[in-house]
Amino acid sequence: MPKLRMNQAISLAIAEEMRADPDVVVFGEDVAVAEGPFKTSDGLLDEFGPLRVRDTPISEMGFLGAAVGAAATGLRPVVEIMFVEFLGVALDQVTTEGAKFLYLSKGEVSVPLTVRASVGAGLGFGTQHSQTLEGWLLGSPGLKLAMASGPQSAYGLMRAAIRDDNPTVILEPRRLYAQRGDVETGEDAIPVLGTARQVMDGDDVTIVALGSMVDFAVEAATAASWSAEVIDLQCLQPWDSAAVLESVARTGRLVTVEENPLLGGWGADVVSAVVAELFGEMSAPPLRITAPDVPVPYGKELEERYMPMPGYIGAQVGEFLETGRIPAPWWKAEGMVK
Amino acid sequence: MSESTQRREAVRTDRRTRYERMVEIRTLENRVQALFGEGVVHGTTHLCLGQEAVAVGIAAAARPTDHVTCTYRGHGVALALGLSPTDVIGEIMGREIGSVGGVGGSMHLCDMEVGLLPTFAIVGAGIPVAAGAALTAQVRGTDDAAIAVFGDGSTNIGAFHEGLNLAAIWNLPVVFVCENNQYGEYSRIDLTTPVTDIADRAASYAIPGIIVDGQDVDAVAEATAGALDRARAGEGPTLLEMKTYRYAGHSRSDTAPYRPEGEFDEWFEKDPIAGFRARLVTEGLMSEADAEEIDAAIAAQIEQVVETVKAAPSAGVAAMFANIVAD
Repeated sequence: MPKLRMNQAISLAIAEEMRADPDVVVFGEDVAVAEGPFKTSDGLLDEFGPLRVRDTPISEMGFLGAAVGAAATGLRPVVEIMFVEFLGVALDQVTTEGAKFLYLSKGEVSVPLTVRASVGAGLGFGTQHSQTLEGWLLGSPGLKLAMASGPQSAYGLMRAAIRDDNPTVILEPRRLYAQRGDVETGEDAIPVLGTARQVMDGDDVTIVALGSMVDFAVEAATAASWSAEVIDLQCLQPWDSAAVLESVARTGRLVTVEENPLLGGWGADVVSAVVAELFGEMSAPPLRITAPDVPVPYGKELEERYMPMPGYIGAQVGEFLETGRIPAPWWKAEGMVK
Repeated sequence: MSESTQRREAVRTDRRTRYERMVEIRTLENRVQALFGEGVVHGTTHLCLGQEAVAVGIAAAARPTDHVTCTYRGHGVALALGLSPTDVIGEIMGREIGSVGGVGGSMHLCDMEVGLLPTFAIVGAGIPVAAGAALTAQVRGTDDAAIAVFGDGSTNIGAFHEGLNLAAIWNLPVVFVCENNQYGEYSRIDLTTPVTDIADRAASYAIPGIIVDGQDVDAVAEATAGALDRARAGEGPTLLEMKTYRYAGHSRSDTAPYRPEGEFDEWFEKDPIAGFRARLVTEGLMSEADAEEIDAAIAAQIEQVVETVKAAPSAGVAAMFANIVAD
């Protein structure tokens, strides 16, 4: 089993799909000659040549639109959006064009497009380069949406997305690009999009996390006196409600850990679905641990306050289990917000 | 050969069919306008009355294996490419027999058999998508091409500039066809666009920009064929500006009160159907009596289609849940 950094796992996954299928092409800003600003397309230009691996101008609406058109007519483009914020200028092509072609063609036109975007805080990139923004993409029927949580899931999700016949967005927490881990490669390592991954067993509480928060939740649980079942949701559209319900039915308690702001976060959907199903069987109300409703700040200490760090997650879950009530988030406890 | 492919071949090979198809577009659209007036259709519609020569000229030049992206003002292009009046009216009326099974409506038509990708209700969105379809041909090494059909209003949105730029630097086999009908929604072009000729914008991307008489179906076909030849030969994209005119307002509710006095009459003098009819008569390909006969037959056929569609079942609720994700 090779030990790979997450960016190497991504390059490898793309290369393997490109070897298997000549219709897989890669483009984006600086992905060819420079091999990707995060080195996620390492070696691709050398191996597959400039017909299939291309640098684009800085014009997300243009090249994402071209990716939609290429996908609709037979290619399987893998397109990089360097920072997820840049998707804003091209959102139309993903949510309103590509994601709707199948519906608007009586099933004739599928769009096997993979959009990759780096997301999240933790590297000091500042307000406009540190958001996760999965909420932009939720609620767009026709689109699949996943988030990697490390080298293994990045590898598997990438290969699954490239093979999938639907437009799929893979969000990659950029804080994790340099993270190294054992990566199982090959067919068995490719998950079905829409399935969650149980990363830790436990009995007292179910913690549902995504992306960068998965390791933080595991770290918090490992250091704690309580025992948590930690689920890496992996996909938000569709999301694995069966896995979450099954776990909460057993533990009786649900915690979601989200890097995004509280308002409009994906955890609200998870909570709503679980409560609707298991209201009478739960031992406590569900707890959402999120970032505050503020822009991502720059200063190192502030950025670390913004992200739910392992210590904070551990303290919140500990208080929750002890009292059976929802603890105030730190920004309320400290009087920053009423 | 399917009905749509047969209809397409006829437009490609036969000039008289081009006349018939233009008459069909106009007759159908006039009938659609009346259907909205009768209150039997809901939503809105965007008519291309007056622009028939652009649609038919493009279809005459393109192959069914070329991909076409088109706007919400797409009844004409769809019919010209080969969709049947039943496909189009069926879709507008939300019936199962419509081109998209009744979930699309007037703005969303599609038939990949003749190369028509789902039509775009977002201004300009189809321009880079056509570049992408051309990329497929380039990567796969076929000599197919793509055509983007869009209005003058689209040329102020980023998608136009980004799409042309990308197509130019990648030397993609795509033809950009701007239907300059003088209005972007409710606004006259000179109020929103600093250049008089959209073709001038091609210079920014170092590609040819050619002005074409969009009221002349032969001129449209010839210019499109030339640009397609260029694309297939690996010489890259071309921007064609079809000078044309929209007889109706932007959409169903717009009666175009903003049009200057006399403008409509001036353009009606250059009506594409009347002009082509006169030319075919002069050339001896058709007599005035033949033309009368064609017009009457098409009118009867469209009435028949309307009756058929009215009697056809509406899209069932299963259609609403189908084709959202591919398995």
